[in-house]
Amino acid sequence: MKKNVNLLALAVLLVSVLAACGSNKETVATDGSTSMNKVIGALGEAFENKVGIAVTYNATGSGAGIQAVQEGRCDIGLASRNLKDKEKEKGLEGTILAYDGIAIIVNPNNPVSDLDVETITKIYSGEIKNWKDLSGNDAEIVLVGREAGSGTRDGFESITNTKDKCKYRQELTSSGDVITTVASNPNAIGYASLASVKNIVKVLKVNGVAPSEESIKNGVYAIQRPFVLVTKKNATISKSAKQFLDYITSEAANEIISGAGVVPVN
Amino acid sequence: MKKNRLFENIVHGIFLILGLITVGCVLLITIYLIISGIPAIKEIGLLNFLFGKEWGPTSAEPKYGILPFILTSVYGTAGAVLLGVPIGFFTAVYLSKVANKKIRMIVESAVNLLAGIPSVVYGLVGMLVLVTAIREIFNVPDGASLLAAIIVLAVMILPNIIKVSITALAAVPKEYEDASLALGATPTETFFKVSVPAAKRGIAAAVVLGVGRAIGEAMAVMMVAGNVANMPSLFESVRFLTTAVASEMAYSSPGSLQRNALFSIALVLFLFIMLINATLNFFLKRNKEK
Repeated sequence: MKKNVNLLALAVLLVSVLAACGSNKETVATDGSTSMNKVIGALGEAFENKVGIAVTYNATGSGAGIQAVQEGRCDIGLASRNLKDKEKEKGLEGTILAYDGIAIIVNPNNPVSDLDVETITKIYSGEIKNWKDLSGNDAEIVLVGREAGSGTRDGFESITNTKDKCKYRQELTSSGDVITTVASNPNAIGYASLASVKNIVKVLKVNGVAPSEESIKNGVYAIQRPFVLVTKKNATISKSAKQFLDYITSEAANEIISGAGVVPVN
Repeated sequence: MKKNRLFENIVHGIFLILGLITVGCVLLITIYLIISGIPAIKEIGLLNFLFGKEWGPTSAEPKYGILPFILTSVYGTAGAVLLGVPIGFFTAVYLSKVANKKIRMIVESAVNLLAGIPSVVYGLVGMLVLVTAIREIFNVPDGASLLAAIIVLAVMILPNIIKVSITALAAVPKEYEDASLALGATPTETFFKVSVPAAKRGIAAAVVLGVGRAIGEAMAVMMVAGNVANMPSLFESVRFLTTAVASEMAYSSPGSLQRNALFSIALVLFLFIMLINATLNFFLKRNKEK
């Protein structure tokens, strides 16, 4: 009996070692921005189905992802901001995968239709509390946002510079809930990724520019940020990582990228 | 003969295994919750965790105080019971003692239907109808609030309270009531002075069951309460223990303090529910001994 157990344990050990070896060879390791969870997840799944190579994703944050690729702990770093000059000097290079455009939405009955970024910052940090200060109705502004940890929230707060300052009235757990809530409250303002916005709410212009694929891609629309793939310059990356990079920057991946709610570059 | 016994033994064995599956699940969940809930409490400190007034896991200086969640859960549940128990209790008395057969059948099937509605539907209706109504009636900027959650929870616990109370009232021996009526008491006097006191333990059990349902509900509450970690106040947006776990679980990265703290919240909720179950058992046992 005991012998059997030992044998079994040995077999399990062997299998797991073999599996580990196999996966070491055949995976692409990505590490970084939590906001890119959805798009990388979708791309990784499609890639695995197509080529049979698994893609791992470690949600640590843009800074940590850049550091990880610098130290060679992953194949591709993921950053939801452009590389800083200092980071480029260290021999890293960034390829923009997509742009994340965030639409600012209000109720269709709200007369306000254009805000600039500073005003949005003031609204969300509680400095401006009433729509009449923005030539709207005399009513308190109801701030609707997402839960802590959400990529859209992180994107919105870092672009408008309102991290830890937002005085939310409601923190909802999906873009759909945000849109429904804004549609049902005439004094609400909210944000959602452009791809998920429906026409039951009014999308505001920011600095006079309406969000669209076009205005997000050429950078005229202000509330947007790039999703950057970070790699080491002049360093050889593994064959499977190269294959993955080629795949996700090809036109074939565009549909998947759009499906994840962001605007593809190509 | 021998064959028969073997068969019996096998059947017993199968029943035992099936029974153990349930016990195993409970044990597994308990142990898992304790193991994954303790580390964050250790790191944050029990007092800071339970009595901290601010929750901000993604702030520059993360804060992990769950007092707002605990108080909201307690107030929300208390409010739901305060609203739901009188309605449920009188409905039960009416149905089991006063109503004629036809009305009883109609109302009972309505109650059963109410029990079968999924909580997400309660949430959706609450979000679209109740939240808007509260905003307009009370003239507040936004209707997603503790009050909305209390009303939704009160409706959700009604079927539990009504059904268990009816069972308790039905178990009162008819002789008690007949004796009361024979002594000249009116039917109403009989219901409230004889039937209800005789069934009071069962009714208490119904209330505790309602409390358990209310404190454990997440989905419906998440959709109407606004989910901001404020200290509870009737017209403010609030977050319950359940919704605190549910709303941040999806995005918290595994192994982070945020994720671990969510498990700790779940552990606190679990302890609350254990307490409620213990109370329930206490009532039921006393009921049996009587």
